[in-house]
Amino acid sequence: MPTLGDYLLVSGLLFSIGLAGVLLRRNLLIIFMSLELMLNAANLSLVAFARHGVTAFGLPDYNAQVLVFFIITVAAAEVAVGLAIIVALYRLRQTTHVEDLNRMKF
Amino acid sequence: MDPQLYPWIILFAPLVAAAFILFVLPRRNVAAGAVGILTVALTCFLSWKVFLTPSLAVTAQIPWIEVPGAFSVPIGIILDNLSRLMLVVVTTIATLVFIYSAGYMRGDEGIPRYYASLCLFLFSMLGIVLADNLVMMFIFWELVGVSSYLLIGHYFRKDSAADAAKQAFTVNRVGDFGFILGILMLWLATGSIMFAGIEENLSALTLHPGYLIAACLLVFCGTIGKSAQMPLHVWLPNSMEGPTPVSSLLHAATMVAAGVYLLARIFPILLAAPDVVREVIMWVGAITCFAAGLMAIQQDDIKRILAYSTISQLGYMVVGIGVGATGDVAMFHLFTHAFFKSLLFLCAGSIIIALHHEQNIWKMGGLLTRMPITALCMLAGGLALAGVPFFSGSFSKDNIIEWAWLNNRTGFWITASAVLLTALYTFRLLLVVLLGKPRGDHAARAKESPLVMTLPLVILAVPAVIAGYPWFVGHFFEIAYAEAPAIAHKIVLGFLAAGAVLAALLYLRGPAHDPVRIPLFAHRLYIDNFYNWLVIRGQGGLAVLASWFDRWIIDGLVVTGSARTVWGAGYLLRLLQLGNLQAYAFFFGAGVLLVLYFLVFR
Repeated sequence: MPTLGDYLLVSGLLFSIGLAGVLLRRNLLIIFMSLELMLNAANLSLVAFARHGVTAFGLPDYNAQVLVFFIITVAAAEVAVGLAIIVALYRLRQTTHVEDLNRMKF
Repeated sequence: MDPQLYPWIILFAPLVAAAFILFVLPRRNVAAGAVGILTVALTCFLSWKVFLTPSLAVTAQIPWIEVPGAFSVPIGIILDNLSRLMLVVVTTIATLVFIYSAGYMRGDEGIPRYYASLCLFLFSMLGIVLADNLVMMFIFWELVGVSSYLLIGHYFRKDSAADAAKQAFTVNRVGDFGFILGILMLWLATGSIMFAGIEENLSALTLHPGYLIAACLLVFCGTIGKSAQMPLHVWLPNSMEGPTPVSSLLHAATMVAAGVYLLARIFPILLAAPDVVREVIMWVGAITCFAAGLMAIQQDDIKRILAYSTISQLGYMVVGIGVGATGDVAMFHLFTHAFFKSLLFLCAGSIIIALHHEQNIWKMGGLLTRMPITALCMLAGGLALAGVPFFSGSFSKDNIIEWAWLNNRTGFWITASAVLLTALYTFRLLLVVLLGKPRGDHAARAKESPLVMTLPLVILAVPAVIAGYPWFVGHFFEIAYAEAPAIAHKIVLGFLAAGAVLAALLYLRGPAHDPVRIPLFAHRLYIDNFYNWLVIRGQGGLAVLASWFDRWIIDGLVVTGSARTVWGAGYLLRLLQLGNLQAYAFFFGAGVLLVLYFLVFR
């Protein structure tokens, strides 16, 4: 039976991998996927807390699980918008590499 | 009509006239003059009526500022011998000056403005005279300053007139600052600003002599400013830039006497105060009367000679407050001086007009035969000023000097030797202007002034001669004559004769230029230069300092400095804007870590 700590460890690892991907990878699509990984790391820890954090009535805390559904929904919507932006960007610039997208400075 | 209303009409009629002239007749020269003269004649008539009904007492008051239980300033009227006398003096001389002005100001472009200002002045002056409390007196005191400013600056296109008006106003502020502090101190100690109330509660004050000394001397500062005592006398000679009738009414006969009137009004307080207060007053007066006499003997401008003699005579009055047994000693000299000095100024004005605005006495001469009425009136005024026996000035001035003999021997010698100076400058003026040969074309072709100007001269010449005799002055007040030994009177006469002989030796031959040149006196003991220097160095230095502070500390450090700081911080921060998406993500992550670190581990 894995403990809460195991779940949190996995969640932390997933988050770190995601963060490293966002910070280090060059391709926008990969960065986007890493971002999703970070969101799911958060989801995992939320579910883990919901499972192990028992309320006064002896029931699991479903608030966190409901929140996870919200995150999944919002992430889906966000992917739709984000991918659309990336496609539009590719059409405009013929690239999805972040080094080439450095115009946002003074 | 109810006699109770008379003082109120006297007080407010000139104000109504001033407003009427300004708003209804701003372009009507003749009508403005007529309204002014009729108003002042009405106030004069009513003043004499009030004077001749000694039983009349006004009790009605207009409540003005009321703080229940703490403070109240009514506009009230006091009618006692002092104010009745002053009412008569002010309105009588004002009437003559108003009439005279109709001749003097003929052809001037600002006649309605002139008459409106004169009416405003009359209102303010009567307010001072009738005030029954110190705050009301202070308000009218300031109003007198305003009207004096307007009238000195009547020829405002002339720089010197505008400057003189400003100087008079500013110098008076210095004295008035002390005056209002003194009023506050008296109010704090006695809880009243009414003259009667303060005098009732004096016993509480006399327990703290130091406090009372300070309060009295601060009130005296008001006199120093308004009555042009040393060291605040510099504005009065410069105020001669105004029209001559103004010099006569304001700066010789009435307004400058307001300071002496104030001292006479608070005389019971001064008596209750420690002797040092009246000693200081005596010394200020004595120094003023001597120093102004010194300055007068070397002036060349006819009006300036008279101005310095006014300062000198005001000094005598202040000495009279300092040494006399009652306030009437000084008021007696104020009374006679008002007549002969306004007469002298009006004579000077008559001469100035006849000589086409020539004021230098070394361009005059021989006017006795050319302008006989003016000249004879001037002679009467001059003899009264010098204190020649049987003329009004000698009675009042000798009385003051003899009181000084009784109370302060040093003061006696100063004031008595000032008689020599008075005689010297008066006879110098008379001899140079009236006798000898004309020293200029204008003087050679001078003609007597019209009746509207000479009539007031003749009317004023009568009291200038007789106002000192006991049978005349006895109708006006009970004078405490000094019981000085005969030797005091003889010494004064000796000084007078010495001054007259000296003047005759120097000026009787009709020299073309002044045979004596004393730059120290001609430059007014360099007091004006000193003030000039003080203003340029003191105030100028302060201004440079303030400008430096404003430019570098306020503008530089505070305003520009803060803007530069924000700009610089922004400049530094925008170096972080690399344009690299992942760098932004890194900063964001690092920021989150930092916040977490502070939240969790601190």
